[in-house]
Amino acid sequence: MSSETLDKEGVTRRDFLGLAAFGAAIFSALSVIAGTLRIFKPNVHYEESKKFKIGKPENFPEGTVRKIDERNLFIFSDSDGIYAITAVCQHLGCIVYTTEWGFQCPCHGSKYDKEGNVIGGPAPRGLPWFEITQNVDGTLVVNAGKEVPKGTKYIFA
Amino acid sequence: MGDMSGLSKFKENLLNLKNSFLASFLRSGRLTSDKSKASVMFNNFFLHIQGVKTHINTLRPTYTFGLGLITFFLFVIVVLSGVLLMIYYHPSVEEAYNKIKDIIYVVFGGRLLRNIHKWSGEGMIVFMILHMARVFYTGSYKKGREFNWVIGVVLMILVFGLNLSGYMLPWDQLAYWALLIVANIIQSPKEITDSLGITQYFDIGGFFKELFLGGTVAGQESLTRVYLLHVWLLPLFLFIFLAVHFWRIRKDGGLTKPDEFERVEGDLSYVSPPEKKGGLFPTYKTYGLMELAHGRTPAVDKDVENTVLSWPNLLLAELAVFMLTLAGVLVYAYYVDAPLKELANPLIPENPAKAPWYFLGLQELLSYSAFMGGVGLPGLALLGLALIPYLDREQEYVGIWFSNRQGRIVALQAFVVGTIVNIGILVFVVNLGWFRDWWPNVPQMLITLVNPGNIWVAFMIAWSAMVMKRTGSTRMGAIALFTMFLVSYVIFTAMGTYFRGPNWEFFWSKSQWPIH
Repeated sequence: MSSETLDKEGVTRRDFLGLAAFGAAIFSALSVIAGTLRIFKPNVHYEESKKFKIGKPENFPEGTVRKIDERNLFIFSDSDGIYAITAVCQHLGCIVYTTEWGFQCPCHGSKYDKEGNVIGGPAPRGLPWFEITQNVDGTLVVNAGKEVPKGTKYIFA
Repeated sequence: MGDMSGLSKFKENLLNLKNSFLASFLRSGRLTSDKSKASVMFNNFFLHIQGVKTHINTLRPTYTFGLGLITFFLFVIVVLSGVLLMIYYHPSVEEAYNKIKDIIYVVFGGRLLRNIHKWSGEGMIVFMILHMARVFYTGSYKKGREFNWVIGVVLMILVFGLNLSGYMLPWDQLAYWALLIVANIIQSPKEITDSLGITQYFDIGGFFKELFLGGTVAGQESLTRVYLLHVWLLPLFLFIFLAVHFWRIRKDGGLTKPDEFERVEGDLSYVSPPEKKGGLFPTYKTYGLMELAHGRTPAVDKDVENTVLSWPNLLLAELAVFMLTLAGVLVYAYYVDAPLKELANPLIPENPAKAPWYFLGLQELLSYSAFMGGVGLPGLALLGLALIPYLDREQEYVGIWFSNRQGRIVALQAFVVGTIVNIGILVFVVNLGWFRDWWPNVPQMLITLVNPGNIWVAFMIAWSAMVMKRTGSTRMGAIALFTMFLVSYVIFTAMGTYFRGPNWEFFWSKSQWPIH
């Protein structure tokens, strides 16, 4: 036996090979499971683009409050410019509606002020503002995948 | 001679067909003797999971109330009705809603079938919880039954999962918004990662939300996944765990019974004792060689004089419970229609958007904090339930409702104090609000950690610790904790069901809801 001993802790060659084989078996099993679970994560989302056109700047004169239903988005326009705020509640994804003081969520009672900051209810964060850019043809494009700091208002020609 | 005898043999076999077929079917001959009644139990694939003999305590209607059995029979009904519904249902976002309409208004017996499926499924929740309460209060998670209690907790998760995935399938307003809200509950660890500022590197909530939805929005991919869960994956797991649950009952020594069981007069009204009288061996000798076995398997030599043959005593009782269950489901399903709301509309959530009743307690907790109400507290509750048998290892008073006089007092105190404190917390929240109503800029982390739901759970734990300290018994602490858990499940559920209206605001009655 002593001739098989590799070091002072006494791991024999047989023990080492056994442990290595066991480790390899566990590792392969975990790899197979991870690979199987990977199937659940789609490589492509066949969904509508997060970027979409909303029309020319002159469609949004000062004082505009417009909800784009199919995009769950509010477009506002005031003296400082145009800005886009999501209508998706940041608590559990219901659709908020505008009130005198801001936004109200019907599902669990979250409340936001006119800038989208949380003022009541369970929502963990404020309503995100989205980036607005202008195409060369003059139409405005909202990117609902790109958040901008609250208070970012855009002026377009 | 050859021809004639062949024909006469054939004729004889034909006349004997009934007996020979029955004998081959039962594998035990005619059921006239105790021996044949015993062998029919252990020679039958479906019956052998039960003992040849059953203890009278198991058969006492007021010991189990047949609650676990009712849950099982409801499961059988739900599987059969579910398979029939699959004939017409199609999991596509364009067709699902119309298929449900078809099932209700066009398919022969479809409305009744759908009602049976819906109410048996919800009935499983009710009777499963009652069964859990029976097992808990009779101390039946002790003496080798610890692991079977854990399997029971797994079964509970599966039953809730099956009900949840089931009501997502019709693709009505309830289904769509439930799907979306569940997806966002799965995403809610974001509440923590956001507070820590690490979401961009480690968005575990978003990752699992994508796996669940099959994308970033609730659509066809999500419905396909939920459908697979509902008709295949969850039922498969339920079958497996149910089989182990039943097998363990037997292996762990059958149903619990008091150590000093005494037969009372009334017991003989629902059992017929064994026929065998006198003879070489005493009447209670039925196992023969098996009595040499050690351990709990089978329930060897324990109080055998108070056992009776399972055939017919146990089987008749089970048949009676099955008939009552089926009758109850049929009558309920005939008179009460399963709900179906308008077609799913991703633009307009209902106001209020309420889950089915059994989740409204959780929805109330969700309205305090998405992470705590949807993940943290339910997870803690399930973990706590699963650990009960390992944290309370006292082996006395098994098989006795509420253990002893002290147990009854502890349960009553927990019931009264729990009701008062729980309602007190709700009154406080409704009238005075919470942190954000007082200090609008309070950090989210503080609300996640300190909210009415967490405070209630902390109170339950503190009360239970106090009971343990005072009585010197972990069983008493468990009784206090479990009682408060049941109390709060009922109170939070009632709150969400009856007293929450549009915008999740408090209303005394639905008639006060604003018209909009």
